[in-house]
Amino acid sequence: MRWGVVTFPGSNDDHDALHVLGHVLGETAVPLWHKDRDLKGVDCVILPGGFSYGDYLRCGALARFSPVMESVRAFADAGGFVIGICNGFQVLCEAGLLPGALIRNRGLRFVCTWVHLRLEETETPFTCRATRGEVLSMPIKHGEGCYVADPATLDQLERNHQVVLRYVDPSGRATTEANPNGALNNIAGIINEHRNVLGLMPHPEHAVEKFLGGEDGVKFFQSLRAAVTEGASRRAASLVPGP
Amino acid sequence: MTAMASTALAVTEVDAAEHGLSPDEYARICATLGRAPTLVELGVLSVMWSEHCSYKSSRLLLKHLPTRGPRVLQGPGENAGIIDIGDGLAVAFKMESHNHPSFVEPYQGAATGVGGILRDIFTMGARPIASLNSLRFGSFEHPRTRYLVGGVVAGIGGYGNCIGVPTVGGEVYFDPGYNENILVNAFSLGIVRTDAIFRAAAAGVGNPVVYVGSKTGRDGIHGASLLASAEFSGETDEKRPTVQVGDPFTEKLLLEACLELMEQDAIVAIQDMGAAGLTSSSAEMAGRGGTGIVIDLDRVPVRESSMTPYEMLLSESQERMLIVARAGAEEIVRRVFAKWDLDAAVIGQVTDDGQFRALHRGNEVACIPIDLLTEGAPAYQRPAAAPSELEALQELRLDQIPLPGDYSGILLQLLDSPSIASKRWVYQQYDSLVRGNTVGAPGSDAAVIRVKGTHKGIAMSVDCNSRYCGLDPYVGAMIAVVESARNVVCSGAAPIGLTDCLNFGNPEKPGVMWQFAESINGIRDACLALNVPVVSGNVSFYNETDGRPIPPTPTVAMVGLLETLDHHTTQWFKNEGDLIVLLGRTREELGGSEYLALAHGQVRGTPPWIDLEVERQLQRVCLKAIVDGLVRSAHDVAEGGLAVALAECCISGPAAPLGAVIDLEGSIRPDALLFGESQSRVILSLRRRHLGRLRELAAEADVPVTILGETRGRRLVIHPLIDLDLEEVRRVWESGLPRRMAGES
Repeated sequence: MRWGVVTFPGSNDDHDALHVLGHVLGETAVPLWHKDRDLKGVDCVILPGGFSYGDYLRCGALARFSPVMESVRAFADAGGFVIGICNGFQVLCEAGLLPGALIRNRGLRFVCTWVHLRLEETETPFTCRATRGEVLSMPIKHGEGCYVADPATLDQLERNHQVVLRYVDPSGRATTEANPNGALNNIAGIINEHRNVLGLMPHPEHAVEKFLGGEDGVKFFQSLRAAVTEGASRRAASLVPGP
Repeated sequence: MTAMASTALAVTEVDAAEHGLSPDEYARICATLGRAPTLVELGVLSVMWSEHCSYKSSRLLLKHLPTRGPRVLQGPGENAGIIDIGDGLAVAFKMESHNHPSFVEPYQGAATGVGGILRDIFTMGARPIASLNSLRFGSFEHPRTRYLVGGVVAGIGGYGNCIGVPTVGGEVYFDPGYNENILVNAFSLGIVRTDAIFRAAAAGVGNPVVYVGSKTGRDGIHGASLLASAEFSGETDEKRPTVQVGDPFTEKLLLEACLELMEQDAIVAIQDMGAAGLTSSSAEMAGRGGTGIVIDLDRVPVRESSMTPYEMLLSESQERMLIVARAGAEEIVRRVFAKWDLDAAVIGQVTDDGQFRALHRGNEVACIPIDLLTEGAPAYQRPAAAPSELEALQELRLDQIPLPGDYSGILLQLLDSPSIASKRWVYQQYDSLVRGNTVGAPGSDAAVIRVKGTHKGIAMSVDCNSRYCGLDPYVGAMIAVVESARNVVCSGAAPIGLTDCLNFGNPEKPGVMWQFAESINGIRDACLALNVPVVSGNVSFYNETDGRPIPPTPTVAMVGLLETLDHHTTQWFKNEGDLIVLLGRTREELGGSEYLALAHGQVRGTPPWIDLEVERQLQRVCLKAIVDGLVRSAHDVAEGGLAVALAECCISGPAAPLGAVIDLEGSIRPDALLFGESQSRVILSLRRRHLGRLRELAAEADVPVTILGETRGRRLVIHPLIDLDLEEVRRVWESGLPRRMAGES
């Protein structure tokens, strides 16, 4: 499997995602440049954290006009896997690949801290190797991570099982105190209807090496690897003529 | 010279005085030039001769600092110091002040302080991977303090988070002595290959001088000369235009473009445009290289077409760099910067005439010998004398200090005080994780980051107790150095290098100059004892308002090396049933302590006793015990003494609080035993079976080991004086800062 990590001007966690995939998890990961339309044949595109274009307008509002995003949109429409982390999640919302928006944190301040998250869905390629309901630990670091959507969209997200991660306390309860940014329904991560585009505010790429704080982020990368590998073998199998 | 004469305005001694130059200095300029300078030249000379750029009051004394060592690849004099860490790698680091601008405009002042120090690091070819800061604010009773704290913290976060360099640690103190002059000292460290270090000495006559980065605007003119080189009086609002405005996004592009260009064979020398912008970067590069330089101002990228030569040369617009490129490499430079959507313009060349020359619309608007701008700038041996009130301040009669009735109450009061309370409110606003190296996040004695591609780690700590320095600057500065080293040692690292940021009042006052000279001596002696070189630094004078200087604040940042991250140790207790021991000796002393100030309203006495040989042995034993795997936690005893340090060991970890049951014995006053700030002490927790080995190590070095008690339960019990529930202790400690920032008393 091949991973691609986009660098927009102002991306920061692009290097970290490439390091973790390439040097810790032993995956094949290539950088993708915002001015290029070529996705280099990757199976999954990661839109990383950072401050694309300085986030001087709304977060992600300019990045969605990058040439590379035309290709990412076509890739996603064709069923390709896309993960947007933090600023990447904001870009996906601005680009309309995910519903809703991320606005200024309730406390009006940037927050960098480890949080507890309940894994709500395992029927996704990004979480298929995890356990439903388990409480994960990953860091957040953002000033605009408060997820909002209109009531109808929110209702649809919940009914379609598109909420993948929720901020919870250590025992797994989605309380107000456990919500670091005021996100509606304590939402930390969602998936699109076709379940191939994931957006999340916590950073799985910063929860991979144990001595840096935790390893729960690995589950996302391992799940997708398994899904892609199985998908490939299933596709290969479907080409084999039946008896 | 006829062309120059036609554009020259008559300059007088009055103009010179308005530019901050003394009559003597002005006379020297005229004598050297053989004529009066033009207004443009006066502007150039005034910034280069400003205290901020020329170090005229400090240069002679700074020479006393030890700057050599087997690991030193670059000492003071460049944009940053560089220390070898093995494996073909080195760390580049420096600390710098942005005090005056941060007081005038806290968000932008602090933000551009971060931006400036980061440029100093990547100019050397190093990728910045960690920032720390040291902040001093006035008391929360002062009406402006909350505004300043909020603005400075947001500014540091705003810049550091956006550019993607983690802010991994720091210190924050509150003292009424900073009510009218806050301190913002920014430290940054980068990693560089030892064979890919870049320097800022111009070379090669005819080589092009290339300007890269943001366009030049009218912001920050005279920021260095008039804002940072003079004291405040009255209103500061009118000084707002001298504060630069930061653009971290552009600096992120500049950082990536510079590092990419450095991979190619194109750069001869490179320097950031900081204080005094284009003037200082070009003159200093020529000065280091012993060349001349000519700048064609018509080619400088500007935001407004009507800018004058004076404005262009003195602008302190941020996010700009000056490169001396290899002749013929102009196209490479242009291509790399175009990729990152940044300006790159050839604006001049290296010459052999030893002159700084600037051209504008066909006229030569400045022609000054480089030497007069750099090495030939004034250097003063200013008069120094101990302040007359010092002797009275140092007097402290313990028999006149009543013993408190409620020791538990005092401990809670100390934990709630803003200088000791948890700094979570501050550091949660900083991205401490980006770049994926943060092993030791904010909240322990030292910050620790890993060095990718190795098993090594780098530990960093910034320190200064200015209360000690006010009572005895020599001892106070020594303590700053040894405490920062102790913090680094407690995290499992050996100290390898130091940078300083020396913040003082007006050096033209003998009392201030004496504080400065004593502090230099203190840093020197402590560094010599610990065998740590000073490789970079910064001096900030004129931190005073209406004639009242700040407490002397010689802040230091210590950098340590962990040979393997397996040695990384944190300050909090880990396991129930571990032994708690104290390395070092507690003396009956309360001078300059937080307890004396808080409980008795007195800032007096002499700072804690310090013996550098005792300290050296203490640190040696502590590090050896860590390296040998004997230790589960190590915590330096500092402000608030043993009781506060023990409380921090119980509550500062990421998990639930872990209690301690302590028996304190001693023949000294109980308040000194609990809250005294004796130096050269470390609290360790360890398995019982390791005690024997620890005792052996300590005995060899003559370091006292005292068993204090053991980790147990959910209370902090110090028989027979203190018994507190840790949930309450943690709540008090955690709420001290957020409560005050919310405006509650």
